Amino acid sequence: MDKMIVSPSPHLHAKASTASIMRDVVIALSPAIIVSILFYGWSEILVLAVSAVSCVALEWLIARYLMKRPELFSGSSALVTGLLLAMNLPATTPWWIVIVGAIVAIGIAKMSFGGLGQNIFNPAITARVFLLISFPVQMTNWTAPKGFIGGIDAVSGATPLGIIKEGLKSGQTIPQVLAGNGMDVHMILRDIGGSAGEISALALLAGFIYLLVRKVVKPWIPLSILVTIAVVAAIFNGIDPEHFTSPNFNLMTGGVLLGALFMATDYVTSPMSNWGGVVFGVGIGLIVMMIRYFGSYPEGMSFAILIMNCFVPLINRAFHQKKYGRA
Amino acid sequence: MTNTIIWTVVILTVLGLVLSLVLFWVARKFRVEEDPRIDDIEKTLPGANCGGCGFAGCRAFADAAVKAGNLDSNYCPVGGAEVMKKVAAILGCEVAESAPMVAVVRCAGSCQARPKINEYQGERSCKVKAGLYGGDTGCLFGCLGCGDCVAACAFGALSMNGETGLPEVDESKCTACGKCTAACPKHIIELRNKGPRGIREFVSCVNKDKGPAVRKACSAACIGCGLCAKTCTHDAITLADNVAYIDFAKCKLCRECEAVCPTGAIHGVGFPKPLDKEAVKQRIAERKAKAAEAAKLETAVKKEDNNG
Amino acid sequence: MAKLTFSIGGIHPADSKRARDCKIETLPLPPKVYVSMFQHLGAMAKPVVAVGDHVKAGQMIAEPGGFISAYIHSPVSGTVTAIGPRKDLAGFNQMHVEIQVEGDEWAEGIDLGPELVTAIPEDRDFILDRIKMNGVVGLGGATFPTHVKLNPPPGKKADCLIINGAECEPFLTSDFRILLERTDEIVVGAAIMQKVLGGCPCVIGIEENKPEALAAVRASLQRLGYPGIRVETLKKRYPQGGEKQLIDAVMHRQVRSGGLPIDVGAVVQNVATSLAVYEAVQKNKPLVTNVLTVTGDVIDPARQHNYLFRIGMPLSFIAEYAGGVPEGTKKIVSGGPMMGKAIANMDAATVKGSSSILYLGAATQRHAATPCISCGRCADACPMGLEPFLLKKLYAASDVEGLEKNAAQDCIECGCCQYSCPAYVPLLDNIRMAKAQVMAVIRARNAKK
Repeated sequence: MDKMIVSPSPHLHAKASTASIMRDVVIALSPAIIVSILFYGWSEILVLAVSAVSCVALEWLIARYLMKRPELFSGSSALVTGLLLAMNLPATTPWWIVIVGAIVAIGIAKMSFGGLGQNIFNPAITARVFLLISFPVQMTNWTAPKGFIGGIDAVSGATPLGIIKEGLKSGQTIPQVLAGNGMDVHMILRDIGGSAGEISALALLAGFIYLLVRKVVKPWIPLSILVTIAVVAAIFNGIDPEHFTSPNFNLMTGGVLLGALFMATDYVTSPMSNWGGVVFGVGIGLIVMMIRYFGSYPEGMSFAILIMNCFVPLINRAFHQKKYGRA
Repeated sequence: MTNTIIWTVVILTVLGLVLSLVLFWVARKFRVEEDPRIDDIEKTLPGANCGGCGFAGCRAFADAAVKAGNLDSNYCPVGGAEVMKKVAAILGCEVAESAPMVAVVRCAGSCQARPKINEYQGERSCKVKAGLYGGDTGCLFGCLGCGDCVAACAFGALSMNGETGLPEVDESKCTACGKCTAACPKHIIELRNKGPRGIREFVSCVNKDKGPAVRKACSAACIGCGLCAKTCTHDAITLADNVAYIDFAKCKLCRECEAVCPTGAIHGVGFPKPLDKEAVKQRIAERKAKAAEAAKLETAVKKEDNNG
Repeated sequence: MAKLTFSIGGIHPADSKRARDCKIETLPLPPKVYVSMFQHLGAMAKPVVAVGDHVKAGQMIAEPGGFISAYIHSPVSGTVTAIGPRKDLAGFNQMHVEIQVEGDEWAEGIDLGPELVTAIPEDRDFILDRIKMNGVVGLGGATFPTHVKLNPPPGKKADCLIINGAECEPFLTSDFRILLERTDEIVVGAAIMQKVLGGCPCVIGIEENKPEALAAVRASLQRLGYPGIRVETLKKRYPQGGEKQLIDAVMHRQVRSGGLPIDVGAVVQNVATSLAVYEAVQKNKPLVTNVLTVTGDVIDPARQHNYLFRIGMPLSFIAEYAGGVPEGTKKIVSGGPMMGKAIANMDAATVKGSSSILYLGAATQRHAATPCISCGRCADACPMGLEPFLLKKLYAASDVEGLEKNAAQDCIECGCCQYSCPAYVPLLDNIRMAKAQVMAVIRARNAKK
């Protein structure tokens, strides 16, 4: 007879593991990835591939040779970081900038804090912000290259948010800007220009619903972000529609959906409790809208998430589970 | 332009001056008067903050020593006699000499000597394992091999031997702080006298089960036969709960116990020559024969006396 | 009718009640039994027999070693051949009385007949005495002496007696089988305990996955007509059968940290205990038998059994009788897979609280732990509302004060946290240690007061 195992209880384990959760996230991202590949073509595939491969490879190299703790290589989570980073970049990003992004995401934002689970800031967002500041031209000049399906003419120039910000700065009102650029606010299905992840709200939503059904994430963080943005935008837009963009417009542009559904819900860098999540989400929503209405950057989702990342330990300390028998 | 520069310089200078005055005032106002000897003693101590002395760190040790005015209840096992002499000089008092100690692992149940009978899966912690069950070998008392002692050692003196599955003590690093003895849930590690030139003798087993059961579980265990206690001429070995124990204060390092032990549970450390079992056994036999003869003679003399 | 459930946390492991259709069979007697003197919570029992004594089945062989302790009776007739330490299922030495089995003669005054006795004695003290003298202990897992639990301290009154038939642990079916086959006896047992507690209402709680048991108990209640006893359907959710969770589900009250169920007017007894109470009071039969399930995820369905065993039978004897250890077994567990103990020694003897021999295959193997990803599943699963990830961190930092502040002592060791952790972090392994540490500190503080 074989030697029997002896271990403390419990003797059973749920099916979910870190790897299976990461697999679910990849599945959830795939509709948006497919849509962006269809729209942006080979260059999008290149960005995705470079980002994913370099993130996974970097994590392995750093864990193995720099930290000398090969068990810190997580694989699946680095892949998710890589995909999210790629979806945050324009399809036209040169490959070497993508690699710089991967180095920042994995090397600085993740591994220097001790690897998976130890990082304070969302790695993909940190990398995006780093690139945004370091390479403003490549990161904001959205030239839509030829995709696999037609439908959009190659539009070059800034994102809708960028266009409006410029217009407002030069003293125009929003209707004037929109009319001058031939835009309307029907951007549910596809954006005009933007990073891969911003292109299709429906694809992102579909993926997120999958995560909800699989019970990988809870809806409270995205819900509170979106509601906050909508409410703040509705108030300002109601007071002065000429200078403040509408709720609809704000929800559908500038990576709000990608950020709210997939970046702000990152386990490691978001609060654990439901109410903590709500505070986190409301904070992000408020900061986004403040940046958009009063700041000098046209969007602000990335900054908002990074700023609220800092507060996660505090939020975790403030919000606890309701304990049994201690009411 | 020049104006701006001048104003900047002026404002920063004034600000710096004002703040430094505030800092100075705060430092004066809230200064805590402390016996300077506490600082002196703390500097003398090794500064490992290991807690081996029973205080919550070197500062607490110094504080307690100064308050008491003597060193009756303070001894730094890490610094040893040398450091304690210096501390005593600062306090102006005497310090009791204490022999240097070392941590000794009293289990020789290597993977070979003590076969596994089940496989433990769970947090790699002796404490967790000890709380769960009797262990993955037939021995209830032996080393569990999860290395709680290694983790407890602040000096890197303990390491796990991959081959035997037992911890090993690096004597040059061990400071006898006692952290490992507290960490071991089976109380296997003991602080013992280092011995002259590092030579010492000890029973490497704590199994309290009866002989046959012990034998079944481990081939290197003390089976409590008592041969060593009977052989010892210095009254250094006691037998309690089926296990022998050598009192290091009484042991004269003659190695006779080591030679007669049937399972090799008694270990000699630091001896210049390997033990010649046969020679020692012969020595014992000769002594016993002599003693028997003497006893015979004595009874004969007594008989004669009685007769006469 | 609304299904009742507890309000915080919980998980939904697969039911796996594979042995639910196996009728209770009676095991033959082994050549020797080994009766542990430590098969209840509290102080060890003291043997009152000597080597060479002849004993009859049901004869008292050990008396309580303290206020919280219990009598122990011989499960067989025969000769006492040894009294001394023997290894229990965890491999620890415990005092055992070894009895050589000779025939099967029962002590006088024990009614072994099958007829149901429904008339409940009037005298409360008589009932309590019978329960105490017959060594009845809680059979839901903790084996707390029943007579102590049924006798609330002065000033405390029971508002509700809850009979726990949840059997929320996967695999286990012994409670289900006795609910089906010994329904009337369990109901009479409940009525007896109700009487002892001053006639408070009584709720028999059964999980929704046992509809046959629910129907059987309902029918029996109608037939026997005791007032103030009702059945409630509980949601299938683990740990529904945890004492604190069941009180929350049935009475919507929560026991305060460090308090006892009686503080909120609750007394919880397992269905098997109810049966033991019936036998002790109505038949004067001591607690020397119980039902255990032989099942698992690698066992051939045809070789699964529910056995009526006598205490002191070696587990290996029962396993052998049931056809040996099945192929592919990696771990053998006594009790449920969530809270049961892995068996390190199959030669160990059964005790009053034994409830299963579970053969688990490769699925039970532990995975190497990976870093915590802060997903919060452990905190969501904890039925006590604790934050296991935090407790583990505090334990690693030896922050006993922090552990107490974050209620490590409230942990009921149900295993929900470790079950649901996707990073395979051994949370409960550590929290159990943390809890012991905090409890020691609390005890030391209370002793000082």
